[in-house]
Amino acid sequence: MVTPKQLAQTEYKYGFVTDIEEETAPRGLTEDTIRWISAKKQEPEFMLEWRLRAFRHFLTLVEKEQSPKWANVHYPPINFADGVYYAAPKKDQPASLEDVDKELLATYEKLGIPLEEQKRLAGVAVDAVFDSVSVATTFKETLSKQGIIFGSFNEAVQEHPDLVRKYLGSVVPYTDNFYAALNSAVFSDGSFCFIPKGVRCPLELSTYFRINAAEAGQFERTLIIAEEGSYVSYLEGCSAPMRDTNQLHAAVVELVAMENAEIKYSTIQNWYPGDENGVGGIYNFVTKRGKCAGDNSKISWTQVETGSAITWKYPSVLLQGDNSIGEFYSVALTRGYQQADTGTKMVHLGKNTRSKIISKGISAGHGQNTYRGLVKVMPRAADARNFTQCDSLLIGDQCGAHTTPYVEVQNSSAHLEHEAFTSRVSEEQLFYCQQRGMSSEDANSLIINGFCKEVFQQLPFEFAIEATRLLEVSLEGSVG
Amino acid sequence: MTQQAATIERRYVEAWNAAIAPSSSDVPAELHALRESAIAKFEEVGFPTARRGNEAWKYTDVAPIANAAFEDLAPAAPVRVATEALDQHIMGGSVWNRMVFVDGHWVPSLTSMPTLPPQVTVTSLAKAMALHPHLVRDLLGRYAPYDESGFTALNTAFLRDGAVLIVPHDTVVEEPIHFIYLTSSEGQSSVTQPRTLVSMGRNAKASVIESYGALTDTLSLTNAVSEYVLAEGAQLDACRLQQHSGSAYHVGSAQVRLGRDSRFTSGAFDFGGAIARHTLSVALEGEGSECTLYGLYMTNHGQHVDNQVLVDHIAPHTTSEQVYKGVLDGRSRGVFHGSITVQQAAQKTNAKQSDKNLLLSDEAEVDTKPALWIYADDVRCGHGAACGKLDDGALFYLQSRGIDEAAARRMLVHGFANEVLEHVELTPLRVHLEQLITASLRSSRRPS
Amino acid sequence: MLEIRNLSASVGGNRVLNGINLTVEQGEVHAIMGPNGSGKSTLSYVLAGHPQYVVESGEAILDGEDLLAMPAEERARAGVFLQFQHPVEVPGVRLDQFLRAGYNAIHKSKGLEELDPLQFDRLLQQKAGIVNMEPTMLKRSVNDGFSGGEKKRNEILQMAMLEPRLSILDEPDSGLDVDSLRLVADGINQLRSPERAVILITHYQRILNLVVPDVVNVLMGGRIVRTGGVELAEEIEAEGYEGQDEVLQAQG
Repeated sequence: MVTPKQLAQTEYKYGFVTDIEEETAPRGLTEDTIRWISAKKQEPEFMLEWRLRAFRHFLTLVEKEQSPKWANVHYPPINFADGVYYAAPKKDQPASLEDVDKELLATYEKLGIPLEEQKRLAGVAVDAVFDSVSVATTFKETLSKQGIIFGSFNEAVQEHPDLVRKYLGSVVPYTDNFYAALNSAVFSDGSFCFIPKGVRCPLELSTYFRINAAEAGQFERTLIIAEEGSYVSYLEGCSAPMRDTNQLHAAVVELVAMENAEIKYSTIQNWYPGDENGVGGIYNFVTKRGKCAGDNSKISWTQVETGSAITWKYPSVLLQGDNSIGEFYSVALTRGYQQADTGTKMVHLGKNTRSKIISKGISAGHGQNTYRGLVKVMPRAADARNFTQCDSLLIGDQCGAHTTPYVEVQNSSAHLEHEAFTSRVSEEQLFYCQQRGMSSEDANSLIINGFCKEVFQQLPFEFAIEATRLLEVSLEGSVG
Repeated sequence: MTQQAATIERRYVEAWNAAIAPSSSDVPAELHALRESAIAKFEEVGFPTARRGNEAWKYTDVAPIANAAFEDLAPAAPVRVATEALDQHIMGGSVWNRMVFVDGHWVPSLTSMPTLPPQVTVTSLAKAMALHPHLVRDLLGRYAPYDESGFTALNTAFLRDGAVLIVPHDTVVEEPIHFIYLTSSEGQSSVTQPRTLVSMGRNAKASVIESYGALTDTLSLTNAVSEYVLAEGAQLDACRLQQHSGSAYHVGSAQVRLGRDSRFTSGAFDFGGAIARHTLSVALEGEGSECTLYGLYMTNHGQHVDNQVLVDHIAPHTTSEQVYKGVLDGRSRGVFHGSITVQQAAQKTNAKQSDKNLLLSDEAEVDTKPALWIYADDVRCGHGAACGKLDDGALFYLQSRGIDEAAARRMLVHGFANEVLEHVELTPLRVHLEQLITASLRSSRRPS
Repeated sequence: MLEIRNLSASVGGNRVLNGINLTVEQGEVHAIMGPNGSGKSTLSYVLAGHPQYVVESGEAILDGEDLLAMPAEERARAGVFLQFQHPVEVPGVRLDQFLRAGYNAIHKSKGLEELDPLQFDRLLQQKAGIVNMEPTMLKRSVNDGFSGGEKKRNEILQMAMLEPRLSILDEPDSGLDVDSLRLVADGINQLRSPERAVILITHYQRILNLVVPDVVNVLMGGRIVRTGGVELAEEIEAEGYEGQDEVLQAQG
């Protein structure tokens, strides 16, 4: 069905570089680097201390060589001492959108995220993160009228230190894993979001992450807190220039949902995947976790992963409150030489908790796609329920699709079901579509979209269209 | 290896030096060379006691086995075997062919081959090496690699005897061949190393059963290794029945190679043991080969049973199916890891896998890990896993028809197990298994 | 319109068609009857271009064009419609979207106007009435979870939408109860016209009481062994297929 030539990568649309002067941290990773970053951000003392604790823990992990090795991904060892951990446009923090550098505005416009007042996407508030800093946030005032705090992490540290102090690391402690420790030490910015009690956030909140600098990694941190009875839908998008060296993106996302609150978190990940020979691309090593802290709370992750050379990511939910619900919907595409090891963890702690996992993996070219998931029912989680379905589609005979779920049950009243199926697009389906007049390329794209439908349905409308288009562009030349 | 771990392994090496090294002239030179190389490997690899990053032993901590102070690491042949204790392992009356090993030593007096075709060889390893030197030399240890697994290395190092079945081409063995491996212990806690080698010639057909058990309820470790090789068109039905006492540890592995168009069926039944861990590894090397692997594990009273089922599709047009079921009661734990690998050349593979568990008590735990590793595109592969308790609705339905709760529960558990039992074609084995299920349910404390 | 000459074909290495000769004129309804395994479905797949069916020899000419040289989608665009005996499930793909993709592809190839979702929806609703199909079914995944009768009606709906020149109906009656059979037959009859032709493949005569054919062909052993009028179908209903191939031999 596919020849190696056909697998030639379609051009990565977001691969341009913004020509802007940036300030970077001195190369290397020592306590001084941490102090330099914290000072740069004029952080309060508690932040520096927290970073330093994380850093010291990180060093013990490096010493014990405890970077994660269990994932089904392969890459040369990373020299952490040689990285650049901070890069930001040189100009001072703009006071308002009007003061934002024209080059930056043009960059985001080119990415399809206009920040200027008259061009903004209706119904979506955007926080734009460029390398290590947030450069603009739209609709801030509209949101603040309802008591919603939405903006950069740095601002939150300055303006709402108590909230940051209370929740930072409460879901993903710096001791959680190797990359969480690294992120906690060096994270530069990110988004912060707080929805007060009883408020239903009227806009989709969105962060767009852009890596621009050539050598710097991006280490952002997102923290979302939904107080009792509140609701928020949050989206993130990301892209990076085409470069022939690998860049590290190690983010941490923490979500906290209190009683009766709901957080819906959607990601369209389109980091640069590397070229057709597997050179370059982003290493996307991300820790995402939500805590259903209150009864009847709900956290739902939706991700469409089409980019990055390597993806290592398991958006998870701790189901602590009784009757709480965790969901994970994922489409992961690997083509070229991309590798993805992604999935979720659902940890059932409270009574009558529910979780649902729908994962769709598509492998083409030389792509290797692994679903890795854990469903754990703790002894006290009476009447827990889980349903998991993870399907894989193979396009071409050089790729791989792997499924490794872990199911751990310590309560007899639990009810769990896991199903997985792997195949290629069936010849019968293709023939049926062609008999109705469609070309084989259209038929493939129709069938693949159908395969992903359950996940795309979870996305807000505009993003579902974007995801469908992205998938089509990514698969161009891979099928037919 | 840590200092402490090294001390543990050292004991086995010393026992080897004392019991095996001096007997080098009792066995063919090649066999002893194999044992020497295996003990060296064991010393290097050791027991898989590491807890961090030890994926293969993630849910089974091997420390209790490794640290157990067994008194006799290389037991001598038993002086006397209490035949009455053997009865619970006998099946198939005077029709089945039977070979009995006690403490790793063949007991010819308990062996009978009433229905064996003359061209078929069933004998002890030592004799087989004399009769078919090339075949045995070629096959022994070839498919059970001892360079990665400390347990396989240990078995190979302490190899003194074992069972060998050689079925020549185009030969059908109508009645089963039953290998019974027992630990007698004679008052001492001990380690035995059973070994089975089965070679099926072209278009040959046979059924074998491996039974494992103990004659006394003494601390023991049975560390078994089996190798099955099926040539083109061969058919083998191989069951493994583990009914150890509650003080026994059991570790076993079976390596299966399937030639072109061969068919392998396997049933794995675990009822006993304090910790029982078994690895079944099937390589579908020949085009058109097929395997059906089913299993039932019933645990209670602090038991821990771990089944690792690894299926490797190497050739095109191969088919595999795994159906495992667990019934977990008391403070027991069931572990299942099923893996299907489809290699790049194995196009047109059909592979299915399922593990279902019934939890009968609040203290029971189940850990299941069904995995697919697929490198070919023209395949149909699927797996499923499920965990749950007895269906309240069904229980109520039975009770409303006048059946008391305990009986209703037993009926439902039998029903659950039946999906596995219906694969068992040998009636005496099926009857035996049904009795074991009933006995296992009787011993559980009810209602919770 | 369609001229099949000496067509032989195989599937999976087995020869199934052994020299079929058949001429179908505009406006005609040809019934092809035959016992199980006679090659009926193979003939339909070969004409529609299923990749697993290999043409060994012979030809099929549609309106002067070599049908067998075209890929499946071009045959569809040239007006060949296959009603599948076992319609395929396409999970996640909505029936209306599926049909619009096919409809627009065919219209585009003919230089006709493509329809936007709204226009298409109006047309689809109207045609759905022909086979009495609930509007909600149009929003479900193609054949996914459809009953046997729903699948068959869905096939006729697709035929109504795509307005093919040559419809090949592969056992539209199999597995249907009397009411569903009547719905399907009504649908077929409504689509009969002097410009179009139909090849109706069936095992039984009962649908031929509802869709009266112009010509009845008997297919056995991969060949057309007898050709006649409606009375031939009645004869087979009464006497079965046994001996039909001998009739041919007797006829020389």
